[in-house]
Amino acid sequence: MIIGDTKPLEEILEMIEGRERVLVLGCRGCVTVCNVGGEKEVGILATTLRIARKKAGRPGAVEERTLERQCDPEYIEELADVAGDYDAIVSIACGVGPQFLSERYPDVRVFPGINTTFIGGALEHGVWAERCQSCGNCLVHHFGGLCPIARCSKSLMNGPCGGSASGKCEISPDVDCVWHLIVEKMAKMGRAEELEKVWPTKNWLTSRDGGPRVRIREDLKQ
Amino acid sequence: MKAGSNLEKVLEAGHFAVTGELGPPRGNNVEEVKHKASFLKGIVESVNITDNQTAVVRMSSVAACKILIDEGLEPNLQMVCRDRNRIALQSDLLGATALGCKNVLCLSGDHQRFGDHPEGKNVFDLDSMQLIAMMKKMRDEKVFLNDKELDGAPAIFIGAAANPFADPFSFRVTRLAKKIAAGVDFIQTQCIYNMAKFREYMKQAVDRGLHEKVYLLAGITPLKSVGMAKYMAKFVPGMDVPEELIKRLSGVDKKQQAAEGIKIAIEQIQEMKEIEGVAGVHVMAIEWEHRAKEIIEGAGLLPRPVVD
Ligand code: SF4
Ligand code: SF4
Repeated sequence: MIIGDTKPLEEILEMIEGRERVLVLGCRGCVTVCNVGGEKEVGILATTLRIARKKAGRPGAVEERTLERQCDPEYIEELADVAGDYDAIVSIACGVGPQFLSERYPDVRVFPGINTTFIGGALEHGVWAERCQSCGNCLVHHFGGLCPIARCSKSLMNGPCGGSASGKCEISPDVDCVWHLIVEKMAKMGRAEELEKVWPTKNWLTSRDGGPRVRIREDLKQ
Repeated sequence: MKAGSNLEKVLEAGHFAVTGELGPPRGNNVEEVKHKASFLKGIVESVNITDNQTAVVRMSSVAACKILIDEGLEPNLQMVCRDRNRIALQSDLLGATALGCKNVLCLSGDHQRFGDHPEGKNVFDLDSMQLIAMMKKMRDEKVFLNDKELDGAPAIFIGAAANPFADPFSFRVTRLAKKIAAGVDFIQTQCIYNMAKFREYMKQAVDRGLHEKVYLLAGITPLKSVGMAKYMAKFVPGMDVPEELIKRLSGVDKKQQAAEGIKIAIEQIQEMKEIEGVAGVHVMAIEWEHRAKEIIEGAGLLPRPVVD
């Protein structure tokens, strides 16, 4: 899923400064699962904003709403009758949310209430880690099911580099060297020999480097 | 002969080779490059010119190489994958060889989080292995990475680095073999302090017959003080400085530590000469270029052979 992180309260307060009617808008997709932008977080953020504005003697209402998804026009449309009533919408969906809202409601000021950080998963309750960089040509099965593109700090396809020490990456003792894990995993699987292959240069055209990506499924298009 | 560089000739003739290293200045101070180069002239086959090492911005390595050539020294152009994509790497290689560079060293590059611009974006379009293969292709097939013909192909002696002390140790020789398979001609290792472990590494390499396929130069960096030794042991990832070495340096008076460090380096080089598969040494007297001669001379490696 897409993982996000809350923005500092001051940053959000600054965004909505001078805007009377504010809507904090959540999403029931990924950001609900990673506890950053669901109904619960909408409630927390709205309450915090109300208290902070009241304390500062700023007038205005902060309302709450959560859509099924903010990455689908169908659900964005649900705001058609009310969007114009707000002086600001703070979307706490991933970066897609504020963009879809701005496109659909060009006269309303929309602000991103969270920082979208990465594609990953939960390691344990409250801990998420990056796992994929959406390179557009998945190869993890060649590397013991571990992604060298997203998880090696240098995206090396022929690692580990000379900075790998005691299982940790050269950038920080807090970061696992994924290549260390790959070597160990492949050995354990009896597939060490496969790592003798020199991987040729990667075609990055399928990744963001090839420009913004659009996917068209003719069979689904109406 | 692939490039006909001095380094290649000396190695090919079977001499125990010596290379040096020079870090370009953090500015455009030409005199500084010339000054450092003057200490290395005549005592090494060729000199590595680092490419924004440790991700700290310095004068471009291509430019510093040209200054060295003009001073009558032979450079080894270091190229890292951190800052340039395949377009820039190929272009810079063509430019550098047009200016007379004949030896190139292919590296992944230290991550920029170490350096003086940690907020920067990195590239890593290729990794060091792929960079080696690309250069070999340009040299041997006379085409770009995309198979389009070159109008003038680079004659280069292709090098790469190896760190016998990085983890996992069991994979280190395999990775060396991969670099050879990718097309490398010579290898310079990371600084070696743990001789026992290096011997083990070389034994594995020789068992695989790798020493017959590549020239391996063992990396030597003199320890200037016990402080430096401790720092390297603690803070440089993938560096192995054994406790007894730290003890040996601590055992001498502070003023004598530099001399002791040089003595250790000399002893190491003498041991290296006896290790099967070691074709030479890469002396990295970083910010200590003026002491390089003492080490090389002390190891009985002067004068350097002249091969035509
Ligand atoms: S190989 Fe590409 S698609 Fe697969 S996990 Fe890694 S970045 Fe994602
Ligand atoms: S230490 Fe490991 S994860 Fe970090 S850059 Fe090197 S190979 Fe990649």
